[in-house]
Amino acid sequence: MIYVVLIFLWLSLLIYLIMGGADFGTGILELFTPGEKKTRLKQTSYEAIGPIWEANHMWLIIAVVVLFVGFPEMYVVVSVYLYIPLLMLLIGIIARGTAFTFRNYDAVKDNMEKIYNRIYVCSSFLTPLFLGIIAGSIVSGRIDVHSASFIDAYIMSWLGLFPIAVGLFTVALCAFLAAIYLIGKVDGKWNKQHFILAAKIANLAMVICVAFIFISARYEHIPLTDWLFTNRTGTLSISFAVGSYVLMWVSVFRDEIIKMRFCLCIMVTALLIAVTYSHFPDVVLLKSGGRLSFLKNRAPDQTINLLGDALLIGSVLILPSLCYLVLSFRKKTA
Amino acid sequence: MPFFMAVSHFIYLRTGNPVYKNITKAWSKGVAIFFATGAVSGTVMSFELGLLWPKFMLHAGPIFGMPFSLEGTAFFIEAIALGFYHYGWERLNRWFHWFTGALVGICGVVSAILVIAANSWMNSPTGFDFINGQYLHIDPVKAMFNPAWFSQALHMNIAAFAATGFGVAGIHALMLMKKKNQSFHLHAFKISAAFAVVAAFVQPLSGDISAKFVGRSQPAKLAAMEAHFKTTKRAELIIGGIPDAEKKQVKYAIKIPGLLSIMTTGNINAEVKGLDKFPERDQPPVAITHYAFQVMVALGMMMLGLGIIYLTALFKKKNWFYTNWFLRLFVAATPAGFIAVEAGWIVTEVGRQPWIIHGIMRTSEAVTPMPGVAYSFFLFTAVYFSLSIVVIYLLYRQIKMIPKLYDQQLLTPIL
Repeated sequence: MIYVVLIFLWLSLLIYLIMGGADFGTGILELFTPGEKKTRLKQTSYEAIGPIWEANHMWLIIAVVVLFVGFPEMYVVVSVYLYIPLLMLLIGIIARGTAFTFRNYDAVKDNMEKIYNRIYVCSSFLTPLFLGIIAGSIVSGRIDVHSASFIDAYIMSWLGLFPIAVGLFTVALCAFLAAIYLIGKVDGKWNKQHFILAAKIANLAMVICVAFIFISARYEHIPLTDWLFTNRTGTLSISFAVGSYVLMWVSVFRDEIIKMRFCLCIMVTALLIAVTYSHFPDVVLLKSGGRLSFLKNRAPDQTINLLGDALLIGSVLILPSLCYLVLSFRKKTA
Repeated sequence: MPFFMAVSHFIYLRTGNPVYKNITKAWSKGVAIFFATGAVSGTVMSFELGLLWPKFMLHAGPIFGMPFSLEGTAFFIEAIALGFYHYGWERLNRWFHWFTGALVGICGVVSAILVIAANSWMNSPTGFDFINGQYLHIDPVKAMFNPAWFSQALHMNIAAFAATGFGVAGIHALMLMKKKNQSFHLHAFKISAAFAVVAAFVQPLSGDISAKFVGRSQPAKLAAMEAHFKTTKRAELIIGGIPDAEKKQVKYAIKIPGLLSIMTTGNINAEVKGLDKFPERDQPPVAITHYAFQVMVALGMMMLGLGIIYLTALFKKKNWFYTNWFLRLFVAATPAGFIAVEAGWIVTEVGRQPWIIHGIMRTSEAVTPMPGVAYSFFLFTAVYFSLSIVVIYLLYRQIKMIPKLYDQQLLTPIL
């Protein structure tokens, strides 16, 4: 049953990364779009993500609930020592939702709208940044549970080159996801060209961030290359990611919308497999060399079994109706 | 609120009167706003549990997490049902469409019951054995159906109906006073007031069940609620007053001898434990708990009174619906239910202090070791404040749009 729980945890993370990522990405794209094109982008992004922005957080809620019910030790270590980035993440989520609401519903066009826009684009950037920082610090052995000083325990636990590199990569990935997603959402050659260009730039940013990740990992003695390339699954999924990445660009130039989205999802999935597989089951690495394992540091069997049952029952109820909902929407637009 | 919507929708489907269709549509927008806010504040809350109370979550997570994971499912189904409901007008089968709307409400009630099961576990922790500081033999199902669960869930669900009922009725009453879109607001007022009134009548009964239970399981909380300092037989019920924790007495209060004994046990001569039975360090703050309790009960009684007036109007004095004093009473009661709900939560949470898990873990042991928690308190207050502003703003916007969006058919004949 533990594996059922873990699969659900992993899946909700993946879906949040893809759906939420594209969602954050539209805001990031806006941050880097010059003046006159911004209005059009705003309209597009509202139409594309407007109705679903709050639904995305449900995946995050599921992941967090699974974590605190099934793996309380991890949940506690992370929320105590990564307090500050988690807080930033939450503020980002709230500020973003609030600003999004106001700028799309507030009929009055005045200076306030500029402020909402500012908040919206900044929080779209900061939220995935801190999400990446949190992920980066969890696996990089920075969390020092024995430290008595405030700086070491609560600041240095996440403030480092590697976490920041991972954070920036997450931001670039979100922008990339959004650009590719929006290509399929707009009509007209000009609009498509615009998002293809955006995707190219985001792609470049991703490449730079990847380089930065590897350099900082080397600098901070994090055996990243070992994690990724010394096991078959890691190597295989990285090659899968690269393969689908190439295919994706091919389908972008051929204007095949479904195909490029599909390839993009495969790419993100393969990447997530690569980075999580090498860590399994010891996910939280501590500075002292201690580690928290999904298999050892978990709740008693009784709880895990019930949690697994609850997730299975939930998905039996939820997934068919979710598919039906999506299908009905499709029919409507067709 | 989804239930109000479903009732109005039901009447529309039965009678075909377009006014009810418009009311349904207007309310469904309100439901969507509350739902979205719930999703965001729920995200924050799931993190906050760990950010603020890590030691508590370390032990409690596996025990009381069960209702949380089920609540996630209920919430998800609610979201899907709401999606169907919003885009289903003229697209889905009429009754299936209606059912998705009702399902939103059902899931909401189920969610409320589940979340309260988690909270009531803190009041009456069961489903584990606490041996030498260790939490052994965990049984999450038993923890979920803990003894306090039923009375608390019942009380809160009825409270939710009362609060929303009076809240919605108050807004429509205000619009009626302004003589705008009369037919629309009158029908909306009647549906929401009906819910409010029924809830207001049932609530004192469920309150009685709750109080009797608290008297048995958490006598210190009951003593603080009633500002009952000394253990006595034929205990007096203290209404109002200013409790003085140092002198252990209550000034300026109305005292009714024997009534507290009757209310908690049914026997006038029964002994009711006072705060003196508990060591100082295990006593909750009396003043806050007592005031909050008085506020809640007073508002509850007021809503009950308003319910009687409403029934009189409905069956005897139909013309009251068009009088200003009658509508003004309902406008004044708009926030009453919500204030009572908050006061009630203060009673149950402050009244449980100094415990976070009653009798097992102290709140001071559960709090995060990180310094500067006060700052995050201000921050989260600001966060929730901004969320409430968003909600109020969006609702205001919806109300302003009623004449334009939902009442056109009704305006045309007049013009």
